[in-house]
Amino acid sequence: MLNQTHPVVRGTVYGTLLNEKKALAALGEQVHVAPYKAPPQAPVLYIKPRNTWVSEGANVTVPLDASALEIGATLGVVIGRTASHVSVADALSHVAGYLVVNDISVPHASYYRPSMRFKCRDGFCPIGSVVVPREAIANPDDLKVSVAIDGVLVHTASTSGRVRSVAQLLADVTEFMTLHPGDVISIGVAAGAPLAKAGQRVTVAIEGVGTLENTLVAEDLV
Amino acid sequence: MKRARVAYGGAIHEAYPHADGVCLADGRVVSEEAVVWLAPFEVGTIIALGLNYADHVKELSKELTVTAQDEPLAFLKAPSSVIGHRAQTRRPDGVGFMHYECELAVVIGRTAKQVKRKDAMAYVAGYTVANDYAIRDYLENYYRPNLRVKNRDGGTVLGPWLVDAADVPNPHDLNLRTYVNGVVTQQGSTQDLISDIPALIEYLSGFMTLQAGDVILTGTPDGVVNVNVGDEVVTEIDGIGRLVNTLVSDAAFGR
Repeated sequence: MLNQTHPVVRGTVYGTLLNEKKALAALGEQVHVAPYKAPPQAPVLYIKPRNTWVSEGANVTVPLDASALEIGATLGVVIGRTASHVSVADALSHVAGYLVVNDISVPHASYYRPSMRFKCRDGFCPIGSVVVPREAIANPDDLKVSVAIDGVLVHTASTSGRVRSVAQLLADVTEFMTLHPGDVISIGVAAGAPLAKAGQRVTVAIEGVGTLENTLVAEDLV
Repeated sequence: MKRARVAYGGAIHEAYPHADGVCLADGRVVSEEAVVWLAPFEVGTIIALGLNYADHVKELSKELTVTAQDEPLAFLKAPSSVIGHRAQTRRPDGVGFMHYECELAVVIGRTAKQVKRKDAMAYVAGYTVANDYAIRDYLENYYRPNLRVKNRDGGTVLGPWLVDAADVPNPHDLNLRTYVNGVVTQQGSTQDLISDIPALIEYLSGFMTLQAGDVILTGTPDGVVNVNVGDEVVTEIDGIGRLVNTLVSDAAFGR
């Protein structure tokens, strides 16, 4: 039976593309030529629909047409009160807290089209069940993020070095769309996101926020 | 059967067409203007199609970086962008090209996973009309069409009615059109869908499980033109409904 709900999410789960300076820099001169033609100006968001939501411990199916999946460790910002046209200074007061998100993708080279087939498979968004209250995180823009596969550390990053800080992201996004209590917006995946294969156990950890562990399984075993 | 969801007298009601307006499920008959029209169903995941009518692809071809595609161009919108019939949509000051898109909306009725084309229509609960607004000034070539173009508050208009699938014998032979201030500006037929409804259900359910309340906005034909503050935009599909929306300025939103 598909998990249609999540203990924390009450609204929509948004992700943010290329919000790490290193991840954007990795595109290099490509951003100036077709199909992109220019670097991104406004926040580039996408939606992780409800069929992608799973909780701690759930198995995530690796589709038959993918040899490995990209593990997108990221900080999820849980909205606590309705946010429309918020200022940078006031943005964080709309945040209920933070949780761990694993924004999984089938690896894809082009960001030109929305790529639902790569980002919206069932189970492709494990979300932690524990919301750490905003007050417990002194600075959401300076937290260590790590990924371990079968217990071995394979990737480390930080919530720092972002194109937009959490507060700036909320300000720029709520200029054109309202965020509602129970929505989750993640700050985006860092450069060099690791790959994992069926049979492997993936653990995402964010300093002060928690850990999120899921196992990848092959499609034909489900 | 045609059903709406409306707010009236401090509660939300199911409502049906009536010669004098709408008939609430509890028997009260009230005028169309006396109720607040909501989307006619509880909206789940919203999947929208781009470039799904050949004539519209031609219309846009000058500005497209890549025109050839080997699969449908599908993108997502959030339920928070949805408004109902007879509502207002904000047109920001200073934008140059904001346009409507009249689309047949296909509402999923039951869980659909890896459904084959021949079985697909059995998963459709019904149909409604969508007006999938876009502001082209904000287009960027990352996950295009990006959410700033497509996922704005009030940018997804749905209604007025959810029409049962059983009452639409051929959803691939419906004429659709848009009126701006009473003048027809867009016309087409669902005969000209590049990916038809079974193809879309097969494609989408092949990689994601669709659930009751999920809705597929099937794309728009050519004839999108700029609309301005004060314009009344009516998107209409024969046998499905006539969906009215009015554009208002930043000032109406206190900006």
